[in-house]
Amino acid sequence: MKKNNNSGSQKAWEQLQKRTNREISGKPVPEIRLGTATCGRASGALETLAAFREEITRSAPAARLLEVGCVGHCYAEPIAVVANPGFPPILYGPVTPGVARRLVRDFLGEGDPCLEFALGAVEENEKIPSVFELPRFRMEKKIILEHAGWIDPARGEEYLLRGGYRGLFRALGMDPRDVIREVKAAGLRGLGGAGFPAGEKWEICRAFPGKTKYVVGNGDEGDPGAFMDRALLESDPFSVLEGMTIAGYAVGSHRGFLYVRAEYPLALERARTAMESLRGLGLLGKNILNSGFDFEVELARGAGAFICGESTALAAALEGKRGMPRVRPPELAEKGLWGKPTLLNNLKTLAAAARILDQGSPWFRSLGTSRSKGTAVFSLAGKIHNTGLIEVPLGTTLREVVDTAGGGVPKKKALKAVQIGGPSGGCLPAGLADTPVDFDSLKEAGSIMGSGGMVILDEDDCMVRTARFFLDFIQKESCGKCAPCRIGTYQMLKILDGLTRGKGSDAEMKILEELALEVQQGSLCGLGKTAPNPVLSTLRYFREEYEAHYREGRCPARSCRDLIAFYIIPEKCSRACEVCVGACPVEAIAAGAKGIKVIDQEKCVKCGSCYQDCPIEFQAVIKVSPPKTGGK
Amino acid sequence: MKRIKLTIDGKKITARPGTMLLAAALSRGIWIPNLCFIPEAELPFGGCRLCWVEVEGEKDPVTACSRPVREGMAVRTRGQRAERLRKSAFELLLSRHHLDCRNCPKNKNCGLQEIAGRCGYPLKPGRFAREIPGLPVDDSHPKIIYDPNRCVLCGKCVWVCQTKREGVLDFSRRGLACRISTFADRPLGETRCGGCRQCVDICPVGALVRKK
Ligand SMILES: Cc1cc2nc3c(=O)[nH]c(=O)nc-3n(C[C@H](O)[C@H](O)[C@H](O)COP(=O)(O)O)c2cc1C
Ligand code: FES
Repeated sequence: MKKNNNSGSQKAWEQLQKRTNREISGKPVPEIRLGTATCGRASGALETLAAFREEITRSAPAARLLEVGCVGHCYAEPIAVVANPGFPPILYGPVTPGVARRLVRDFLGEGDPCLEFALGAVEENEKIPSVFELPRFRMEKKIILEHAGWIDPARGEEYLLRGGYRGLFRALGMDPRDVIREVKAAGLRGLGGAGFPAGEKWEICRAFPGKTKYVVGNGDEGDPGAFMDRALLESDPFSVLEGMTIAGYAVGSHRGFLYVRAEYPLALERARTAMESLRGLGLLGKNILNSGFDFEVELARGAGAFICGESTALAAALEGKRGMPRVRPPELAEKGLWGKPTLLNNLKTLAAAARILDQGSPWFRSLGTSRSKGTAVFSLAGKIHNTGLIEVPLGTTLREVVDTAGGGVPKKKALKAVQIGGPSGGCLPAGLADTPVDFDSLKEAGSIMGSGGMVILDEDDCMVRTARFFLDFIQKESCGKCAPCRIGTYQMLKILDGLTRGKGSDAEMKILEELALEVQQGSLCGLGKTAPNPVLSTLRYFREEYEAHYREGRCPARSCRDLIAFYIIPEKCSRACEVCVGACPVEAIAAGAKGIKVIDQEKCVKCGSCYQDCPIEFQAVIKVSPPKTGGK
Repeated sequence: MKRIKLTIDGKKITARPGTMLLAAALSRGIWIPNLCFIPEAELPFGGCRLCWVEVEGEKDPVTACSRPVREGMAVRTRGQRAERLRKSAFELLLSRHHLDCRNCPKNKNCGLQEIAGRCGYPLKPGRFAREIPGLPVDDSHPKIIYDPNRCVLCGKCVWVCQTKREGVLDFSRRGLACRISTFADRPLGETRCGGCRQCVDICPVGALVRKK
């Protein structure tokens, strides 16, 4: 085994550590870190930033204000950490501009930590309850997102201070084959969807001869509702870049491409800034850490289609061609970009690899289940209290994710299903809430890990409509190359369309099921092969709901517009109240005899505004399905 | 290099290592349905999904055009599971094909007719309703007529045009709307196309035909 032959490397590393330590030593000043990733900005973080800036200039000019990324708690954005010497650092959210001004004036100025706005302290301490006592913090295990939201994504020094680049430093002292052995021993599986063992992929790529090889970080993330990779890049691009560099060293590549979805301008910008910072620190480019190893990364903007996240389509797009998948073999590891051996991994996989090299495979193996090691990152969306990003050990159950991390389903509604894995994932019913989230259990239950989108559905969500929604996305995003995916998904969609309008037959249901299996088996790439998942899984678990649609013209969730109607119950209508009349966008509601409101069913567009707006003390509007039976 | 021995439908054949099953079969006179396969191309296109075969010991059928031969491999071309996927793809292709054989210049010389005839499939979209794209026929070129409503998107014309000639043709759009077109959908007659008509020669159906 090659020793840390790099006495040069050792020295460079020590110097770097000294240099970064020097940067932070000195008199501590009050510091505010505000999350201004895309999710924070959507909640007004830039207005909060301006308020902080203004108030600091006015009343606390010594304080430092930094923009950081996302800690994953989207529901509480904008989020800020205030570190005021003498206090433990405290996490606040939501920090509106008003709260921001108060934090500067009252906390930095007067020493009142304004705990009414706090989520908790971020360090264990005597005075203030810590966030780690909150259920969500307790169950999360942040490895990939370890530094996200805490560090300044523009400054490599901050990443270094928290232990960053120890993984690369260690790798550079090892034989590349031992680096691969370490990743293999860790049992890391690809987090881009398919769960292919990462170490094996690295080994295969290394084994193909060639002076020129490439490493690609896949940050295309085209799934609707997924934002894990965006958050990672906006918050901590360093972990990804460190992982890419380690991967480059391991497979024998000197050039990487960071392929980022074009609709992520902030992620692209932050990645670019981070790369400059790393070059300045000697951690990217020529002779990294004085080890003799060169690795350069080029930022590439995605080509703007969901299919470009598929590995062979991505390679075509990077080469400037139409993003269409091709047959395999050859795998990219053999013939990838410009015909050269290419290693392609998801960004989260790369970040996890960096941690493994730092902390060792036994540590990583201690997390997760017997066949799925480590953690997974999910974006929680839909009918859930605490939306956002979570990272949990693989094997955590769906119930723990929904109830503990997500805070449960709002409005006392019942959990109906969890849609996992993006548009080509499956819907698992509430009855399977104890399914552990790992590659194999999900597959067995009819879903996939996918890239980590998790949409929570409640009793008001129609499964037929949900399946239709995802299939519609897939059909529009099909690259068009192969017949089952291009035309088969369309034929399936037509049947689903009919069902949501109460049309269909046993014969059509049979065609839908047959075709779903044919598309699954017959398609060329992963897009088509997984496209039927939403249909197959809902058919498996919610067949009666399909049948209700075409046999009875009834949508059990009362969600499909053609199968519902709204009525006002005369006895409950307050007469004096006109809220529904005002709420109706099409003037379908008018007062009839004695001031009782009546909905003109001909005019009604079934938007549900009256249903939502009718004051809670009356609840006079009802929604029925099928439309014919309920009304008077 | 040592040749690889395998059997297809019980018939023993040999092939050079690295050859795809479909190429090996065709060169020995064993026909497997296909529309998008180009023997000279570096990589198979793999889009028509008609060349399904079953390999002994494997659960799922595979496309013969993209499966390299292996020593001792036993292949069945007409097994039930392969037939099911083939027929499905065939019906789907026909559901988007303007079926009007009598007026089609490729009548009796058409890939779809050949497959229907040899496989014993009706020349119909089966379970599916026919819904042709309804796009205008491009009659602007002096030597070529392009009818997108007959196109099966096998990609052969794109391959010849891009590897041998001007590169005027390519795929455009996504999903059901995917089609072969020129850049920005300009009529063929207004492009650089010099009219070599290799696309016409390679088109397995009546989408690209000779203008008389
Ligand atoms: C239609 C489609 C879209 C995909 N999109 C992505 C994506 O956005 N990001 C990603 O990492 N992988 C995506 N994948 C999976 C990649 O093809 C590939 O398996 C993955 O990036 C490999 O990385 P890993 O081994 O680290 O998981 C997609 C696959 C398909 C079929
Ligand atoms: S010939 Fe194999 S897919 Fe077309």
